[in-house]
Amino acid sequence: MLTLQIGVLGILASIAIGIVCTMIQYFKVPFVRKAVSVYVEISRNTPLLIQLFFIYYGLPKIGIRTNPYACGVAGLAFLGGSYMTEAFRSGIEAVDRVQTESAASLGLSGIQILRYVIFPQALTISFPAFMANVIFLLKETSVFSAISLMDLMFTAKDLIGLYYQTTESLFLLVVFYLLILLPVSVLGSIIERRMRYAGFGS
Amino acid sequence: MPDLGLNVLFKGKNLARLLGGLGVALKISLLSVVISIVLGIVVGLLMTWKNPISRALMRCYLEIVRIMPQMVLLFLVYFGTTRIFGWNLSGETSSVIVFSFWGAAEMGDLVRGALISIPRHQYESAAALGLSGGQTYRYIVLPQTVRRLIPLSMNLITRMIKTTSLVLMIGVVEVLKVSQQIIEANRMSSPNAAFGVYLTVFALYFFACWPISLLAGFLEKRWR
Repeated sequence: MLTLQIGVLGILASIAIGIVCTMIQYFKVPFVRKAVSVYVEISRNTPLLIQLFFIYYGLPKIGIRTNPYACGVAGLAFLGGSYMTEAFRSGIEAVDRVQTESAASLGLSGIQILRYVIFPQALTISFPAFMANVIFLLKETSVFSAISLMDLMFTAKDLIGLYYQTTESLFLLVVFYLLILLPVSVLGSIIERRMRYAGFGS
Repeated sequence: MPDLGLNVLFKGKNLARLLGGLGVALKISLLSVVISIVLGIVVGLLMTWKNPISRALMRCYLEIVRIMPQMVLLFLVYFGTTRIFGWNLSGETSSVIVFSFWGAAEMGDLVRGALISIPRHQYESAAALGLSGGQTYRYIVLPQTVRRLIPLSMNLITRMIKTTSLVLMIGVVEVLKVSQQIIEANRMSSPNAAFGVYLTVFALYFFACWPISLLAGFLEKRWR
């Protein structure tokens, strides 16, 4: 299941990118911060398909060689990173300033404030957005067939070409996507409900 | 400085053709946006309706659309239904159908969220002031809902524009297809065309979506 493999790798990478970028914005690192916001704007406003085409067909022309697999992961991470950054950032912004100030007045250091006060609350708030992003990214993997990766989509097209049984292949395609995405969706809503109880006790 | 293949753009009518391709993509997304906004409002109202059957139906509809990748939906409509029902759909028609189907669900969910977020006491105070049901909607609920809705639906519009890049896969000649043609045609004269042309497409999409996102962000801040 190449679809799943790339999806998981890409999502892990994009979570990592998201966390790094959010940290940069949170600590207001000069210059790098600007670069992060430019990156977020660019990748949020262009389709994944175009990004993939650019990475796969465009970059080799200026001497950067890639294989489709790495290219798929890179494209997904590039797109997902910015979506994750947005999700985490909105979570952190939603935590009231009072929280930071009271933590500071209790004598916690900057790192401690982040670790014990901001992070748990921000996590709860940003979780629904985070889950929506995971599902979104898994869905976006269907684009990869365009750069000739043997994913679900490509296999389905291949089968249609081989056996000329369009209906059956398409049906299987739908079933497999359901198999991948339904558990994620259900799991997400369960965790979300539990975290809401944990976060606000209501 | 290696040849970046940007010069291909200025040969003949290449740039105009690319823009024409973008026009096709924008036309498809504009049509689907209009249809899905109208349908989405209906879906959203059905979702908040206190009828369990309609709610269950709408919930199923939303879940299906949420879970299926748009690409799979496109394939289903373009290759699947044409075979099963034996009709003939052009690529553009089926993409409009798919995007409206998808957009109506997403839009419906946004409408539902906005309607629910109006606190109960707004309805109750309107009733206490002696406004009729229609008046309550007209003067109290709608203005507040629309304010919450517009930034969100603009984000949806940018997503739809971005997703139209997928229609290449079902054989609609839009901006990406045009760029492939240009690259193929100039393979001999400038082998590095892929870089420049795709970079241009990248920029075109960016400048189509960026203003809308900026405006959405601005309105969201302003109306909070």
